[in-house]
Amino acid sequence: MAGIIGRTMATAKLSNLNKFLVGSRVSASRTYSSAAKEMTVRDALNSALDEEMSADPKVFVMGEEVGEYQGAYKITKGLLDKYGPERVLDTPITEAGFTGIGVGAAYYGLKPIIEFMTFNFSMQAIDHIINSAAKSNYMSAGQISVPIVFRGPNGAAAGVGAQHSQCYAAWYGACPGLKVLAPYSSEDARGLLKAAIRDPDPVVFLENELLYGESFPVSAEALDSSFSLPIGKAKAKREGKDVTITAFSKMVGYALKAAEILDKEGISAEVINLRSIRPLDRPAINASVRKTNRLVTVEEGFPQHGVGAEICASVVEESFEYLDAPVERITGADVPMPYAANLERLAVPQIEDIVRAAK
Amino acid sequence: MALSTNRTVNQLLKPLTAAISATRCLSSDSTSIITVESSLPFTSHKIDPPSRAVETSPNELMTFFKDMAEMRRMEIAADSLYKAKLIRGFCHLYDGQEAVAVGMEAAITKKDCIITAYRDHCIYLARGGGLYESFAELMGRKDGCSKGKGGSMHFYKKESGFYGGHGIVGAQVPLGIGLSFAQKYSKEEHVTFAMYGDGAANQGQLFEGLNMAALWDLPAILVCENNHYGMGTAEWRAAKSPAYYKRGDYVPGLKVDGMDALAVKQACKFAKEHALKNGPIILEMDTYRYHGHSMSDPGSTYRTRDEISGVRQERDPIERIRKLILAHDVATEKELKDIEKEKRKVVDEAIAKAKESPMPDPSDLFTNVYVKGFGVEVFGPDRKEVRATLP
Repeated sequence: MAGIIGRTMATAKLSNLNKFLVGSRVSASRTYSSAAKEMTVRDALNSALDEEMSADPKVFVMGEEVGEYQGAYKITKGLLDKYGPERVLDTPITEAGFTGIGVGAAYYGLKPIIEFMTFNFSMQAIDHIINSAAKSNYMSAGQISVPIVFRGPNGAAAGVGAQHSQCYAAWYGACPGLKVLAPYSSEDARGLLKAAIRDPDPVVFLENELLYGESFPVSAEALDSSFSLPIGKAKAKREGKDVTITAFSKMVGYALKAAEILDKEGISAEVINLRSIRPLDRPAINASVRKTNRLVTVEEGFPQHGVGAEICASVVEESFEYLDAPVERITGADVPMPYAANLERLAVPQIEDIVRAAK
Repeated sequence: MALSTNRTVNQLLKPLTAAISATRCLSSDSTSIITVESSLPFTSHKIDPPSRAVETSPNELMTFFKDMAEMRRMEIAADSLYKAKLIRGFCHLYDGQEAVAVGMEAAITKKDCIITAYRDHCIYLARGGGLYESFAELMGRKDGCSKGKGGSMHFYKKESGFYGGHGIVGAQVPLGIGLSFAQKYSKEEHVTFAMYGDGAANQGQLFEGLNMAALWDLPAILVCENNHYGMGTAEWRAAKSPAYYKRGDYVPGLKVDGMDALAVKQACKFAKEHALKNGPIILEMDTYRYHGHSMSDPGSTYRTRDEISGVRQERDPIERIRKLILAHDVATEKELKDIEKEKRKVVDEAIAKAKESPMPDPSDLFTNVYVKGFGVEVFGPDRKEVRATLP
């Protein structure tokens, strides 16, 4: 129990930081020293990459600006100096080409980590992710496995416009043969990335640019180089009994804040950090809904055929009698992302939206 | 309905007989060296071509003959099976192009990798795959090389360096360059042959991959099997520059008579040495397919029957080797005919056995989705009916 209280206290303190979220990269606030060590998501990812590359010489990183530039978002900072240009490869701006090369290297038995500067550019390489990577183990009846990780920022950033703001969780989450992960906190980032790199199957690892600079407490266990989190398991970030709120990535932070507000109004919300879009932790979601009898799904992406739609369908199939009210979906607006700040704000879920839906 | 121009028809029908000039070797020792001149000199781009004089042996010539005869029979048998509806979906046949498969194999080892597109049955055989496993796969049986899960376009034999078997035109080229990347990364002195057709030669991802292969000096050999038709589109209608061996620009290239197994062998040997020292190289194999693009294509709407029979008469790869074998007294006419009969028998037996073999178990629907499934539940079409847990 103490762990959960500690976490909710930490997230309450973090609400001040969230005001500075848009457009900036604020690193750890050192206002409280009582909690465990703090780490930004960026450092969490960087340390995970470093440790896995150190542990397994077959792991290498490939992408645009990952080497000499130290990473477009500095996630791969220091890796070139430490591991050399044979293991940290700067590529030309040719996603289809370098993704294919990465998948081919994985066929041979290496463990590539392919960075997309944002997942919007993964569309240039999507044939290799789906047809060359996801399906190969099946088509070859187990002969050709593909131990590859595709990672990079996903979803909306701040003011980057329609072509740079799409969330790909639903698209990749639909494909058998892929695993799709979406970390929220630094522990998530470390544990899930390590698990992804060690996993023998193709993993799409959806990060979030606006979370890179956010700090979270990390336990001593999470700092150990053998740490990893299980794939396919969601995490109840906050326990409650009146309504379940599912979310992933940045929206987990929003859901937690919404839960705070609801709490003041006497509504006890259970917030589930999905962590894994595919496999989706249906047992955990259903168990929670069976307890609370109400569900709000939150995501940044487009509503139609989204992650929330799948969760809703799963709950209706498995736990229909337990629902006291229809499932509510909070999603991004059904429009390409606008640029103007006020319109952008209207296109992305806000904390008020989650609160309203829960009520 | 475009037919090839006279110019290209003439280019396709370079006569076979004029090219066989060789030192006569009367020894019947099966490993003695016979030097044969390739049908044509090699044309090259940004590199000095290898010599036309190819060293071979009676053993090798016989192996070429046997392997190509087996491949030819297999593809023709697959045609009949498809028409009998025992093979479904897509079936892309390789007959006519056999020399590329056997010539390449003669120049390399099983530690070198080959990756190709969907016209992959004969490459699978050349890499050591079995006839029974091939027919079983084509007929969707569990004893197939991909346990019936892949089909005609997805044959693999990883332990022999054969990485498939790919359905998306052009995708196999960056994948092959990735294999060569992994070979160099692992500090192995081996190369990858990434095969593609004249249709795929215009794919952007090919040039993206080639750029990186050249930047990083990867041991990648791009092999364009130019059979002059991308499905129904003749090369001159699809490519502004159908000189595919030159399309690498800064990457050297060689044009090879792909109907001459010895020329193919020489070129592949040369390319392997080059790639290990200097990075990528392109080989354009001038070859021809007798069948249409696939079994749903008669292959005669965009080219004349005269052209097809002309190539068969003048340039057939098996006939070329037969003439060489006879010219060098390596075997008699009857012995060769017996080999062909034997191959017919072996193929028929494999088909009979494959016809009797069982379909995959229904539970195989859910196997191999992942290497590590974490016990996650997976659903069939009716979510309440067919379910399984992924291991």
